[in-house]
Amino acid sequence: MSKLPEMINKNKEEIRSDWLKQMSTAVRRADLMSNEELESQSRELMDAIASGAKSGDVTNLDGPAWAQARDTLSAISVSRAKQGFSTSETATFVLSLKQPIFNAVRRENGSDPAALFDDIWKSTQLVDKLALITADAFQESREKFIARQQEELMELSTPVVKLWDGILALPIIGTLDSARTQVVMESLLQAVVQTNSRVAIIDITGVPTVDTLVAQHLLKTITAARLMGADCIISGVRPQIAQTIVHLGIDLAGVITKAKLSDAFALALQRTGQMVTKINGDSSKKTLLRREE
Amino acid sequence: MERIPILRMGQFLLVTIQVDMHDRLAVQLQDDLTEKISECSSRGVLIDISTLEIVDSFIGRMLANIAAMARVLDAETVVVGMQPAVAITLVELGMSLTGVRTALNVETGMELLYELRGDFHSENGG
Repeated sequence: MSKLPEMINKNKEEIRSDWLKQMSTAVRRADLMSNEELESQSRELMDAIASGAKSGDVTNLDGPAWAQARDTLSAISVSRAKQGFSTSETATFVLSLKQPIFNAVRRENGSDPAALFDDIWKSTQLVDKLALITADAFQESREKFIARQQEELMELSTPVVKLWDGILALPIIGTLDSARTQVVMESLLQAVVQTNSRVAIIDITGVPTVDTLVAQHLLKTITAARLMGADCIISGVRPQIAQTIVHLGIDLAGVITKAKLSDAFALALQRTGQMVTKINGDSSKKTLLRREE
Repeated sequence: MERIPILRMGQFLLVTIQVDMHDRLAVQLQDDLTEKISECSSRGVLIDISTLEIVDSFIGRMLANIAAMARVLDAETVVVGMQPAVAITLVELGMSLTGVRTALNVETGMELLYELRGDFHSENGG
């Protein structure tokens, strides 16, 4: 039976002070975090590790005895991710616990090489696992942050604009994925109802690539709009995208496509029976809307 | 048994669905409508589904069927006022209702019917 668990509990304070002492200035990052905070974090973590070690099992950290240690580590990682620590700095904070524990192990088992080796191996496993938990939590909090930003970006980047009486425009910026298509579709259909629009122009100038999936999403949106009684025109098809569409064999038959937004707008005006004309001889170059008979 | 009323407006028929569509009602409507088209020799059918909130694949197919049957009887069908959620559901179900004409509301739907029949622009306007 390994003596490591009780050894950790017995030498808790020594290990902690040793740990704080040898924590290099690079890991400390006094610019991001005060000494008091570091002190309290290390105490909290050491207490959690000691209480986990009381269970006697130091190689399997999935059990309920280690729950406190896991929670503490996650909390530390999350707060460090927010403070701007890098992944390696956060991991090093935990990994630098190795040497103090090794020192304590050597003090205890100095005369017995076999026991010394055994305990060192166990403590290595323990600290590595703790570091892995930290890295995971750090990563997770970063990913959550990214996911939230993506969500915000998605809402920002799908405006539906009313161009003219009965004509909507939908400039799409960025790649279309399933989630985004859903937002685009919903906001477009909602706007069709609200503004009573008969024509919607989907402008894909800002879409970097069109693959079969994006095309399928576009077709879905167009079909849904058609079901409600609104026609869709795709505009802003760049030459490269036209080539890609043909090479991929995407069937856009039945969908009106235009190279420029202005072309699509002209067609939309025609469809809705409206026209824009210049006033000749007038000093102001205003445009006039006239309903066709 | 409840029925969906079919109103006659000149040469067109007007159907407004204002109750929850269940399967039997849909079949009944199909029967009544085909009957009425041949009886009045109507040339167009306008189905208003603006209050319809729930659709399934059966109702979707029924709409497509009605349109196809009406065409056989020489009448055009226009479905109007579909709600966004309904449109999305039908698309997700893979039903694009290719044979069915659609319009935003009853007004544009009527215009479309007149246009399709190639008649005067409308009876009162012009």
